[in-house]
Amino acid sequence: MCLGIPGQIVAITDADRMMAMAEISGVRREVSIAPIAQGNLDDVVGKWALIHVGFAMSEIDEVEAAKTLEALHSLGEAQEELHAMQATAQALGGAA
Amino acid sequence: MKYVDEFRDPKAAKIILSRIAAVCDEIGATKEKPVHIMEICGGHTHAIFRYGLDKLTPPGIEFIHGPGCPVCVLPMSRVDECVQLAERPEVIFTTFGDAMRVPGTRKSLLQAKADGADVRMVYSPLDALELARRNPEREVVFFGLGFETTTPSTAFSIQQAMREGIQNFSVFCNHITVPPPIKALLDDPYMVLDGFVGPGHVSMVIGIEPYRFIAQDYGKPIVVSGFEPLDLLQSVLMVLEQIRDGRAEVENQYARIVPDAGNPASIAAVVDVYEERPSFEWRGLGEIDKSGLRIRDRYAAFDAEVKFGIGYGAGARVVAEPEGCACGEVMTGRIKPVACPQFGKGCTPEMPLGALMVSSEGACAAYYQYGGARALEPAE
Ligand code: SF4
Repeated sequence: MCLGIPGQIVAITDADRMMAMAEISGVRREVSIAPIAQGNLDDVVGKWALIHVGFAMSEIDEVEAAKTLEALHSLGEAQEELHAMQATAQALGGAA
Repeated sequence: MKYVDEFRDPKAAKIILSRIAAVCDEIGATKEKPVHIMEICGGHTHAIFRYGLDKLTPPGIEFIHGPGCPVCVLPMSRVDECVQLAERPEVIFTTFGDAMRVPGTRKSLLQAKADGADVRMVYSPLDALELARRNPEREVVFFGLGFETTTPSTAFSIQQAMREGIQNFSVFCNHITVPPPIKALLDDPYMVLDGFVGPGHVSMVIGIEPYRFIAQDYGKPIVVSGFEPLDLLQSVLMVLEQIRDGRAEVENQYARIVPDAGNPASIAAVVDVYEERPSFEWRGLGEIDKSGLRIRDRYAAFDAEVKFGIGYGAGARVVAEPEGCACGEVMTGRIKPVACPQFGKGCTPEMPLGALMVSSEGACAAYYQYGGARALEPAE
């Protein structure tokens, strides 16, 4: 559960809360950019980051992101992460 | 070399493997007199089995599987407390999916859910926070579990809850830290450890400095590693080269992800929200000094232990392991999973008896999943 998954930050969604939309293996999910944001939040748009439990933990370059994704798929970790993201939608939906 | 050809770069892997073999020869590491290398992180344990690295490397190297799988070291008493919290009618208990099937004394969280408790799997503590916003009449408790990689996420979430004045959100904090159990293992006179492969993503947060004591005080090499097969092989080679040269240093094989100083924003959030507990219980390892975190007083409103009077320090803490299981001995590397009388019989990934069988990062589950026929070989 500690590996995380690479995603690309595509837009800032809530500057006050430091939230951004990330695209993770074709899935869109709002993440916190608090760990990597410095100064102007817009600077992280377009960047790749290692996403762990909804937080962009560390910036990585695009080549590294692709390699990491491949390794995660082979370990079955990528599928597990994406699965967990879907499970969450259910948890939120269950009570709304 | 059946597996090497599956690697992205089999040629590079073969070169590193032959260099590993050469250094093993130089230092006289043999099957009878092996070098013991502990991979600390459960993600590494999983990768070593997935790629068969333990079989590809020479018999002079023995991997000892470390305590770096947060689910596996979760004591039964903590699971019991989670169930207790989840069974309160006002509570929505939120957790990472990994923790659902860990057995407690009475039941797991999954069983509690089946029995009617409102237990929900979430991907992120931010989702638990959102659940609290949407359900002001309920108490949303998030099960904060994990090492330094995960701890910042709950710290940031608590800070956010404080900023918004959300009153029905709390964290049941069971975050733990990597360096103290390593120290405990190094202090254990029965453990033979010659070097370490250090966790990559934990180090991405804390940097490499916290491992300095391993090299300086204990004279053992440690190499922080990525989790791809080539990373792991490279790191094993770096450990062996240190041993050959009589060096003991902290080296960073994973510098492309791990800055030497870690992630300052995450460290700051963790220091703001959490403080060390005097000690914390680890499944199989017992109480370890300064190895767990608790929420600081100024954030007490978000501390489920305070809010519900449940948790560490309340009631008997240490609960015995289930009858006939050898989790403690496997956890400390004294025996291999297959030597446990329950392995594959009373304990399987579908029906885990011990926590090491629950997560794919646990040594028993990794043996079971990838061991195939070899898991049924007599204990090595
Ligand atoms: S096989 Fe099951 S009971 Fe035995 S050590 Fe592993 S997890 Fe524990």
